[in-house]
Amino acid sequence: MREKALPVLAVLGIIVVIWYAAAVWMNSTWVYDQAERAGTTVSFAEMVPQTMAQERPLLPPPHQVAAELWKGVAGQAVTSKRSLVYHGFVTFRGTMMGFALGIVFGVAMAVSIVRFRVMEMSVMPWAIISQTIPIVALAPMILTVANQLGIDSREVPKAIISAYLSFFPVLVSMVKGLRSPDAMQLDLLKTYNASEGETFWKLRLPASMPYFFASLKVAVAAALIGTIVGELPTGAIEGLGARMLIGSQFGEPLIMWAALFAAAILAGLLILVVGAVEQMARRRMGVPA
Amino acid sequence: MKDTLTAGAPVIEAKGLNLTFQTGDGPVHALKDVNLTVNRGDFVSFIGPSGCGKTTFLRCVAALEHPTGGSLTVNGMSPDEARRKRAYGYVFQAAGLYPWRTIAGNIALPLEIMGFSKAEQAERIERVLDLVELKGFGKKFPWQLSGGMQQRASIARALAFDADILLMDEPFGALDEIVRDRLNEEVLKLWAATGKTIGFVTHSIPEAVYLSTKIVVMSPRPGRITDVIDSPLPKERPLDIRDSREFIEIAHRVREGLRAGHGDEV
Repeated sequence: MREKALPVLAVLGIIVVIWYAAAVWMNSTWVYDQAERAGTTVSFAEMVPQTMAQERPLLPPPHQVAAELWKGVAGQAVTSKRSLVYHGFVTFRGTMMGFALGIVFGVAMAVSIVRFRVMEMSVMPWAIISQTIPIVALAPMILTVANQLGIDSREVPKAIISAYLSFFPVLVSMVKGLRSPDAMQLDLLKTYNASEGETFWKLRLPASMPYFFASLKVAVAAALIGTIVGELPTGAIEGLGARMLIGSQFGEPLIMWAALFAAAILAGLLILVVGAVEQMARRRMGVPA
Repeated sequence: MKDTLTAGAPVIEAKGLNLTFQTGDGPVHALKDVNLTVNRGDFVSFIGPSGCGKTTFLRCVAALEHPTGGSLTVNGMSPDEARRKRAYGYVFQAAGLYPWRTIAGNIALPLEIMGFSKAEQAERIERVLDLVELKGFGKKFPWQLSGGMQQRASIARALAFDADILLMDEPFGALDEIVRDRLNEEVLKLWAATGKTIGFVTHSIPEAVYLSTKIVVMSPRPGRITDVIDSPLPKERPLDIRDSREFIEIAHRVREGLRAGHGDEV
């Protein structure tokens, strides 16, 4: 455990140092401007403390972000519109819906592509093209179309945007995984006169599981990004994406940074959970620990 | 049907068998005019260099390849029909056990597909594990076993559903000499205990001579049979029979056959 933690902590330390240095450098402009306007001069030693506690810093230093994050998580009732727990939950809910939708869609497409050659030729190119369209451009359109169709809930278009990003890694990995059994393994089932269904359930699907779980880690991160992007456009009121937008629009960098870190922490937790599920599945499938 | 069950009746019959693969470089004659009769209870080894068609012939018997000419019957049926009737168990070069199933789970695979009841599956798994001397290893996963044990498990898997023909395609090719000797002895024991008809592909002359009642020597381009040797060795074969005069004589004849098949290429 200690061997693992040390390199991570070392890198973290370096990042914090660089961050503080950058905060001093970027926020010093404001300090010098203020001094000039007041007709005074500030020494370097006087300037540094003043870069650490500005209300609207260009780059908030780590402790300010941490304080804002703490205020957002622990300083409010979780039902408050200022609570990051509340917004985080909204984003989490959207992510889970998109993630689930993405998995179902990705797996279903992979199965049909592996089963029907015509699907591979017709659908696969479009799946690839779909990922070249910037989601930021597409998200408002999906929201508008959903609105036109009379879907008032923001959850549905958000889940669609999220699924749009998360289905792809699942699809690509599952196609690879379902095709991973070699000729000998397929021949073996042929000697048992196994049906196509039996080949799928007993060989192709279990063989694809390592690929599936590897893709889930990518997919859950993509689903989170999709959800946040879905929360950004017009009229967003809930979710971490909305918090980031509000922070940026109202010139409150602290709110934006706190939301950003909340999103990063959420992403980390999601990947941890997916990793734990993967471990459980691996153990059940007899992989050496 | 009745006479196919008596010892010595033909189980596999090939007459003028041809198989030509169409490739980018033109046709490849994998098998040309192959005539062979394998009788019930025979232990037949197929020996020859790569490309001589020994594996291809076994795959034809298993209906994994389809001949382009001639006739081939297995238990008096077409290979496809025979497969549907579970006439044979097939052991591949690699054990090919599913890593996500235990050894018992792997042996259960064909039984599940063939619709045996849970109780009967358990009973058969016990029996074949005993037969290949892997008793008590049922709950282990394949990675916990050595290569030789994995190959034994794959033989158990092929035996589990009681086919009367066992087709083995270089099953011990990837194992070292010592393990191989042991497994050869075990295969002979197994053959004596079950009375199955065995088709065995190998690269090794001593292996072929030690195991077989009939040795089929093949040669490549086109794949064909150059010699069929009926072994005079007794059914009981201790390992040191390999130092006997008969053994050396048969080995010599096999080597001659292989050399003749190569023509002026060597």
